[in-house]
Amino acid sequence: MSAIMTKGLKALGLAAIAATLALSAPAFAAGGAKHPHAPKEGFSFEGPFGTFDQGQLQRGYKVFREVCSNCHSATLMSFRNLGQKGGPFYDEKYKNPNDNPIVKQIASEFEVPDVDTDTGDAITRPATPSDHFPAKFANTYAAAASNGGAIPPDLSVITKARHGGARYVYSLLTGYVGTPKGLTVNEGQHYNPYMAGDLHSAWKGDPKHVPPGGVLAMAPPLKDDLVTYDDGTKATTHQMAADVAAFLEWAGDPHATLRKKTGVGVLIYLLLFAGVTYAAYRKLWHGKH
Amino acid sequence: MSEPATDHGGHGDPNRRDFIYIAAGAAAVGAVAMVIPPLVDQMNPAADTLALASTEFDLSKVQEGMQVVIKWRGKPLFVRYRTPKEIKEAQDVKLTDLKDPQADADRVKKGKEQYLILVGSCTHLGCVPTFGAGDYGGWFCPCHGSHYDTSGRIRKGPAPLNLAVPDFQFLSDTKVKIG
Amino acid sequence: MSDHPSTYEPKTGVEKWLDQRLPIVRLAYDSFVDYPTPRNLNYWWTFGGILSVCLMIQIVTGIILAMHYTAHIDLAFNSVERIMRDVNYGWLIRYVHANGASMFFFAVFVHMFRGLYYGSYKAPREVLWILGCLIFFLMIATAFMGYVLPWGQMSFHGAVVITNLIGSIPVIGGPILTWLQGGFAVDQATLNRFFSLHYLLPFVIAGVVILHIWALHVVGQNNPAGVDIKSKEDTVPFTPYATVKDGLGIIFFLILFSIFVFFMPNALGHADNYIPANPLVTPAHIVPEWYLLPFYAILRAIPDKFGGVIAMFGAIAVLFVLPWLDTSKVRSMRYRPVMRWFFVIFVVVCLGLGWCGAQLPDAPVVPGLPSFTLLDGEFNSYLWLTRALTLYYFAFFLLIMPWVGLKEDPLPVPASISEAILAEHAKKKGA
Repeated sequence: MSAIMTKGLKALGLAAIAATLALSAPAFAAGGAKHPHAPKEGFSFEGPFGTFDQGQLQRGYKVFREVCSNCHSATLMSFRNLGQKGGPFYDEKYKNPNDNPIVKQIASEFEVPDVDTDTGDAITRPATPSDHFPAKFANTYAAAASNGGAIPPDLSVITKARHGGARYVYSLLTGYVGTPKGLTVNEGQHYNPYMAGDLHSAWKGDPKHVPPGGVLAMAPPLKDDLVTYDDGTKATTHQMAADVAAFLEWAGDPHATLRKKTGVGVLIYLLLFAGVTYAAYRKLWHGKH
Repeated sequence: MSEPATDHGGHGDPNRRDFIYIAAGAAAVGAVAMVIPPLVDQMNPAADTLALASTEFDLSKVQEGMQVVIKWRGKPLFVRYRTPKEIKEAQDVKLTDLKDPQADADRVKKGKEQYLILVGSCTHLGCVPTFGAGDYGGWFCPCHGSHYDTSGRIRKGPAPLNLAVPDFQFLSDTKVKIG
Repeated sequence: MSDHPSTYEPKTGVEKWLDQRLPIVRLAYDSFVDYPTPRNLNYWWTFGGILSVCLMIQIVTGIILAMHYTAHIDLAFNSVERIMRDVNYGWLIRYVHANGASMFFFAVFVHMFRGLYYGSYKAPREVLWILGCLIFFLMIATAFMGYVLPWGQMSFHGAVVITNLIGSIPVIGGPILTWLQGGFAVDQATLNRFFSLHYLLPFVIAGVVILHIWALHVVGQNNPAGVDIKSKEDTVPFTPYATVKDGLGIIFFLILFSIFVFFMPNALGHADNYIPANPLVTPAHIVPEWYLLPFYAILRAIPDKFGGVIAMFGAIAVLFVLPWLDTSKVRSMRYRPVMRWFFVIFVVVCLGLGWCGAQLPDAPVVPGLPSFTLLDGEFNSYLWLTRALTLYYFAFFLLIMPWVGLKEDPLPVPASISEAILAEHAKKKGA
């Protein structure tokens, strides 16, 4: 009887630990948004051994540059990041990303603010690889004024700042469906089932079937063949959404591949260490307990 | 890590037993050893700091006989447009008279002798030498009285070496890349 | 044990010389080498060692992060991202520090539940237990202030909500709040002082840990049987026996730690904290880090603002007086057939409170189940579940502990640790 109880308690202890860990992940989706999903072909960077596909990152950068960056900034990123190891334009010939001609070319397309050292005037000059991506708007007021009152969020860490990460970006971009009948959506707003929000007050239909998601100021930004990919990939909306989601995932956590690789090594070492220590422990404690 | 008294837990081959203890201890030492490099390396210059290590400068901003001071790697960088007289003075010095012998030709780029680019940090203890002062028409360090000539070479005073010349190259007639 | 004579014998001349002037080697030897350790300690006892490792990891990574962090409202967020992107191994160090806080709390909860189950707070270990409670309280303060430093949305609004708790104190609350924030809102002054205190408190914790270990070495370790050490047969020397066992526990803990750091570094955090702080917009759902959720739930269970604060601090304060609430003569709940089940329920209640802390109070616990309004809320809502769990939390300490201790019929307690081990062997053979 007592033995069973002890065993039960031990199991309970372990269950409690497992529950604590499970609990610790914040298990609440904001509002009633639909759960974000990966594209059908999946994301190459997901999972413990996943890595980024450089071609996809380059395509993703193109979508970011030609579509997203018209309204969104990514000021935590520097141009040189694009050419660092693991980045979209990394080239083994240029270990120092500042020398990478593609990165230099990309940087020179942007104007960044500076000060003329002769006159002291505020000027702009073409960016160099060491510069950060410039902010799109001078301040949040200007951003709001140009975007119907909504401030387009900075995209540098957007995949870390949203539940679901790259899946969220992909789902949101491909998730625009027409406004459901019975939902009041204001001028300049767009319904998206993956957007966080609460539509109870805007819903006139059956209160038990409030549509999931919310509204946002961003109109559907992608349509087929909006960009022309350099590698000949067909630019479908799904393709562009998956590519830019991958690019933003990389931009948000550029060392992710190195991190996971390191992790595999660390775990292997620790498991071996545990094995050796367990053997030492068995020998040492033999007959002692 | 831990050397057990041999009379404890006595079973198995003593050599194999010792081996497992040594292996466990070595694994612990190895784990600690692998943690140290990241903890040390984090104090080295970060990627953004390294990215600023090279800078480009437009030489048309410097007038003949003058110098412009720009900031490079957190230190002043002297860009001096020398007059023909200053160049001649620098070239005519006998190397045997120098404390740190180096020809002027080795400190400038051929065909662009008028442009002298130096790290503006006294080789004594790092003060910033004053332009156009001192006994040799170059620089004078106010901290401990080192005199530099028009090639930035040490001529008098406690400094042991010439003012350092950074790596630089001409991108065009008026544009240099330093670093 | 206090009566354990020192067995350290300085061998070399240098050791003798040092021993007469500062017997630090003797102290270390007597505390961590020849220290008599109960033979029957199980793996729950390795969490003490694990916690020292956690503290060391947090202090080392924290000092490093402080070398790169900027405590300014306009720069803090970006400086943290710079650490993640540009500083050599910065991503590793920051993820270790951020996940380290979670790991630290996970280990401290296990350590506390272990102390609770085996009666490690009972005479003569009251001071040892109280010092531990003090460490726990300091850890909460440190963790809260550390969470503010990245200056994300959760940092900022968490700081607003928690500092405002102080404002609920009648009469003096308002002035104290202003004093604490250094202004009329959470702002630059608040961030700067939180950084200062976040750097200071870990060293205070380390100081209290030394007292905690000192107290431990004065009264000796408790053990699963809960009986005192009677003879040399009951113990083994700390090194190598406990060192290797603790080491094994630490390695397994580091494996768990590494899984989080390397493969799911943001799983324990909240996405909103990667949005730079914006005082004009509050996130839809303010939640603290997971380890504070049970206390947050207790705070929200009380309809009165000040009452909630009292309850939340009371939930920690009650731990300090625990040694005098338990009336049982038996330490280990192994031999307390009734109390152990109340303990099991208590663990479940604590987990439940954590779960409730992450939910919206008005949300139904079982969606679709018919409900009715009870006083100020729906009966089928997290509000009432939280209240029921809070009630049990306090009843466990204030009613069940004193009452069960008096009424319960404990099982026969073994005379000594050796006897307990023999009994266990016999049981294993029989089974």
